[in-house]
Amino acid sequence: MNAQQSSTGGLLPFTWRGLAAGFRACVPVAIGVAVYGVLFGLLARQKGLPLWAAQSMSLGIYAGASQLIVLDLWGPDLPVVSLIVTTLIVNLRHVLMGAALSPWLTRITPQRAFGSLFFMTDESWAVSLGRWAEERRRGVVSDGAFLIGAGLCEYLFWNGSTLIGHFLVRGLDDPSKYGLDFAFTAVFTALLVGLKPKRADILPIICAGIAALVGARVLPGKWYILAGALAGGLAAALSPAPGRAER
Amino acid sequence: MIAEAQTLDMILAILGMSLATYLTRAAGLAVMSRLTLSGRAERFMKAIPGAILASIIAPQALAAGPAEAVATLVTGVCAWRFRNLPLAMAAGVAAVLALRLALR
Repeated sequence: MNAQQSSTGGLLPFTWRGLAAGFRACVPVAIGVAVYGVLFGLLARQKGLPLWAAQSMSLGIYAGASQLIVLDLWGPDLPVVSLIVTTLIVNLRHVLMGAALSPWLTRITPQRAFGSLFFMTDESWAVSLGRWAEERRRGVVSDGAFLIGAGLCEYLFWNGSTLIGHFLVRGLDDPSKYGLDFAFTAVFTALLVGLKPKRADILPIICAGIAALVGARVLPGKWYILAGALAGGLAAALSPAPGRAER
Repeated sequence: MIAEAQTLDMILAILGMSLATYLTRAAGLAVMSRLTLSGRAERFMKAIPGAILASIIAPQALAAGPAEAVATLVTGVCAWRFRNLPLAMAAGVAAVLALRLALR
């Protein structure tokens, strides 16, 4: 009962300790991210982007998949509108991710919440959500600064690696040669296990997986994530309400 | 002149892409902080975290090959048993590396 009360009302603490905890928790993942940052810097230079442009993308957009995808559209006649629309579409999954964090972000001041969200990526979102959900289960008060700590860690690695990649003379080895391409799948798998799905959560998860599998074949970019998320959400919404005993 | 036009285009594109990305990051909270959900909408939102994670994993785990499928299983068991993210990540990467070599 007490845990239920503390997880619904009142402002969350927002401390340097929480920020540091988020930063530390994200370091292993950020190392994996940095491999792709080097790749982005390198490909950007090969595409003829000056350093200031590649670095501004990593500083301002800070979304790996969309940055790599728009490099394909880059050319002497820059399709400015297509670039912006493509970026918007590739990143639409963030809308649902931000919504999923709202139980915690509505309990810190709007400035802090919307500032933290600038740094929200797939990885820092997942690490923070995993942490906060576990704390809610255990009835522990969460620290609202965890997300921005995790995000800042990845931001630092992503921008540092972009810079290094742009200066690299020789080509980067294929990340899959070292199994590093699998690091993300491993992280997200561990975080899904950490969410401790209950029986009622199994069907939405299966529906999401199936929709994502199909989506990955027929949809461009990262749209399969959005397709899977919507399918999982709909499966949950359309299934009968769980009994009171379960809630 | 041409070079200057290109620079201006690049600045516009990067500013536009940055703004578009931030809008996607902020929109979820902006909408949710104005809504009180109940019933089906609440169940929809509660399923989103697991659904997103499952969606990110599924194509790599189930459609990339046997090495990836088994390595996902190894990662899952390791995460469940030890509850340690870096350890599970390292186990997954090691498993996929070994399996790719073994199954080649």
